[in-house]
Amino acid sequence: MNNGALDRRDIAWMTLSMALVTLPHAERLPLWISGLAVLVIGWRLYIAWTARALPRKWLLLVLVAAASGGVYLSFGTLFGRDSGVALLVVMLTLKLLEMKNLRDAMIVIFLSYFVVLTEFLYSQTIPTALLMLVGVWVVTATMIGLQSHNSAMRYQEKLRLSGKMLAQAAPLMLILFLLFPRVQGPLWGLPRDAFSGVTGLTDSMSPGTLSQLSLSDAVAFRVQFQGDMPKPTQLYWRGPVLWYFDGMSWHMGITFEGNPPSYSPGGASVSYTVTLEPHDKRWLFALDLPAKLVPNSRFTADFQMLSNTPIRQRTRYEMTSHTSYRLGYEGLTGFERRRALQLPDGYNWRARALAENMRRAARDDRDMMEQVLGMFRTQKFFYTLTPPLLGEHPVDDFLFNTRSGFCEHYASAFVFLMRAAGVPARVVTGYQGGELNPVGNYMIVRQSEAHAWAEVWFEEAGWVRVDPTAAVSPLRVESGLAAAVPASSSLPLLARGDMEWLRQVRFTWDSLANSWNQWVLGYNPERQYWLLSRVGLDRATWQTLTVILVLTTTLITLVFAFAMLRHLSQRARDPAAVLYRKFCRKLARRGTRREPSEGPLTFAARARARYPNQAAAIDAITDLYIKLRYGKLEGRDAVKELKQRVSDLKV
Amino acid sequence: MTQPLDRVRSQVNQIILGKDHQIRLALSCLLAGGHLLIEDIPGVGKTTLAHALATTLGLNFQRIQFTSDLLPADIIGVSVYDRDNASFKFHPGPIFTQVLLADEVNRATPKTQSALLEAMEERQVTTEGETRPLPEPFFVIATQNPSHQVGTFPLPESQLDRFLMRIHLGYPGAEAERALLQGTSRRDMLNELKACMSPEELAELRLGVGRVHASPALIDYLQALIRHTRTSSEFLSGLSPRAGLALLHAARAWALMDGRGEVLPEDLQAVIPGVVGHRLHASGQHGKVNGADVAASLICAVAIP
Repeated sequence: MNNGALDRRDIAWMTLSMALVTLPHAERLPLWISGLAVLVIGWRLYIAWTARALPRKWLLLVLVAAASGGVYLSFGTLFGRDSGVALLVVMLTLKLLEMKNLRDAMIVIFLSYFVVLTEFLYSQTIPTALLMLVGVWVVTATMIGLQSHNSAMRYQEKLRLSGKMLAQAAPLMLILFLLFPRVQGPLWGLPRDAFSGVTGLTDSMSPGTLSQLSLSDAVAFRVQFQGDMPKPTQLYWRGPVLWYFDGMSWHMGITFEGNPPSYSPGGASVSYTVTLEPHDKRWLFALDLPAKLVPNSRFTADFQMLSNTPIRQRTRYEMTSHTSYRLGYEGLTGFERRRALQLPDGYNWRARALAENMRRAARDDRDMMEQVLGMFRTQKFFYTLTPPLLGEHPVDDFLFNTRSGFCEHYASAFVFLMRAAGVPARVVTGYQGGELNPVGNYMIVRQSEAHAWAEVWFEEAGWVRVDPTAAVSPLRVESGLAAAVPASSSLPLLARGDMEWLRQVRFTWDSLANSWNQWVLGYNPERQYWLLSRVGLDRATWQTLTVILVLTTTLITLVFAFAMLRHLSQRARDPAAVLYRKFCRKLARRGTRREPSEGPLTFAARARARYPNQAAAIDAITDLYIKLRYGKLEGRDAVKELKQRVSDLKV
Repeated sequence: MTQPLDRVRSQVNQIILGKDHQIRLALSCLLAGGHLLIEDIPGVGKTTLAHALATTLGLNFQRIQFTSDLLPADIIGVSVYDRDNASFKFHPGPIFTQVLLADEVNRATPKTQSALLEAMEERQVTTEGETRPLPEPFFVIATQNPSHQVGTFPLPESQLDRFLMRIHLGYPGAEAERALLQGTSRRDMLNELKACMSPEELAELRLGVGRVHASPALIDYLQALIRHTRTSSEFLSGLSPRAGLALLHAARAWALMDGRGEVLPEDLQAVIPGVVGHRLHASGQHGKVNGADVAASLICAVAIP
């Protein structure tokens, strides 16, 4: 260790690695913190280059107090993820101004490692992991440089050594990852504010909600089907069911958790595994209609599957669904019927009148439905991602003026008309469709596939799914969003059909990300159990795991230690020396061992006496070796010849 | 190029019987431009060896028998007043020669010893404000009796360091001794001895020593040896950089004598006993007082990289 003093190069490395690990946080931090960091780094470099004194203690105290105050003002708290990270970055930056000796520098190094860790509070994707790996690499190189006997190292050497150390740590990391006893869920709860930015469906729907959502490329969930995939027209992923209409938007109203009405399945069932991205709500999405419950969840009366806790980490569940079914055919309770016919007074008069006219012309409820769908189909209704704004009576406005809308407009208008005609109906939101990733052979369902449809209740038949959007734009349901809207619409990049190569790249990438999610982030006790049972470790308790863990890590450490000792004792990487050692090993196997301090000529004399038949070969090898290692002979040919001779030698 | 050397060797070998290794060491010491110290009990042929070497190499030769009353002026020379010219005239001492045999160097007083050793180092002599260079080449072959004998002033370490090598002759083998007893008198043989080498050949050989290649791998080994003497608890103190240079030089000369153009680990190992024996001291607890034991343990302890 050096006796305290840090030279300019150390300071430059420290600031560089610090900047590198804090940079990814910059976009999330308030601007003043980034500004402060740049200022302080500049100040510290100025101090180092002009050999000035570090700022006084009282000035540092003032700075620390001011910065902490600033963090408090910016976030309203000093706790939680965002403000915690901000505080950490601020303190790390200010520590630079206090950094005089090796001890301070080591604190900065350890804080830098910690900042690397905090990056994972925000994102756990592959790029983040790679970026953080670079951070760890540079910080380690900095730490190597701080050791005085390394001070003469060039930066390439530091980086190489650091990389080598990390590579050596990799097997240990893998063992720890695979064998460390897992606990269900995250090891510690993330702070509350960690989910502020996630998008997804909500418990209400108003014109524009879903069309906004459909601009997002974010993945909602991924599905791996066991067996055949259902037809695209059956891919309705059931989410929030909305009953209550206030004239502008639809709400869930009261939900009844408990036993759902039974339904009678028709046809075969579909089995699949869903990996749901965290969305901070309780819905677990499944194909209409789910046949079983995910553990720790329950059904509502209208077949929404609700997890007991909000989905705050990626969740994987097995699911079985029946795509054809009869639901609620036994009849509706009075309460249900009232909820399914509820309409607010004083809104959308023209639509009501239209519905009453249609009802009078219709033979029955089904005919009524056909008439409404026929109206959407035959009259000039348009399907668009950018619907015009609607006024005070949105259904009227939509049906009689704008006539162009996204799925929520059609579902909303449809259910409104049905209810106005006295037919029980409700809005169902969720996702429709999904994109098959041919690389990983699984389906990606993105936020852009968010959809709204309707369910209508008929005597005898029960609740029947009706998708009014399909009446306007059958392509939306059959081929997805991209096919359904004009090419000029501003679609999310990934929903577009053109640019085949880009899609291919994205599929491959998403397949990678999916494996990462499944096997790295989603490596939970079940996966661990499954993996261990594959290698013959059935019923491995955490005690067994710990024993294996300790044994394997010790083994790996010993292997490395042994390799290092070997390497130290045989420092020369001279190819001639390597070949000569091979030659010596060959003779040693026959019982003629070269003493470590025995020179080549002496050894050759001894070997010659022992193996007179091979005297010529031994001499030739020794001569060549001497010329290569101790003489001026160079060149690949000579090395090749030596290699040939050594491998030809038979003793 | 090494033919004359072989002639030298064989001729000296005819006089000093059964001591080829020592003769080679002595020759490499002289080729490397170093001074030689021969330490042994009286009567094993130290003087004869020195004399034979000098004559065979074709160099002029002077001998000083060191005694306890020998004065520096007896070695260096004195200025005597010349009445004819009315000035002092310098009468050079025996040191003005190419090979100086300093017999029983440890019997002189330290003052006299240091006069000789200074001349050895500087290769020049300064008396009465005037500096006179010594002939080229200039070798000192000193002999000394083992220091535990009566009436000796052991050379201090700093002065031992001036000698590139210290060698022991030891008793001859039974066969060699028999040949010696039966053969003609060594004195007669010495008188009849002729030079086997011209001064030009000697100069060229000495230049050739510097051209012997020492590869990085060999320097690694040398450094490992030196490092071991400095870090191991076996030794009181480690080898100095001068000792390291001496080792390399002597090993080059040894390799040249073998007719090789590159230094091998064996060359280093061959000269280690001579070069290191009088420079390294075993720390007490290991009990190795003998220079040869120290050298052997050093060689054994360090692996050739």
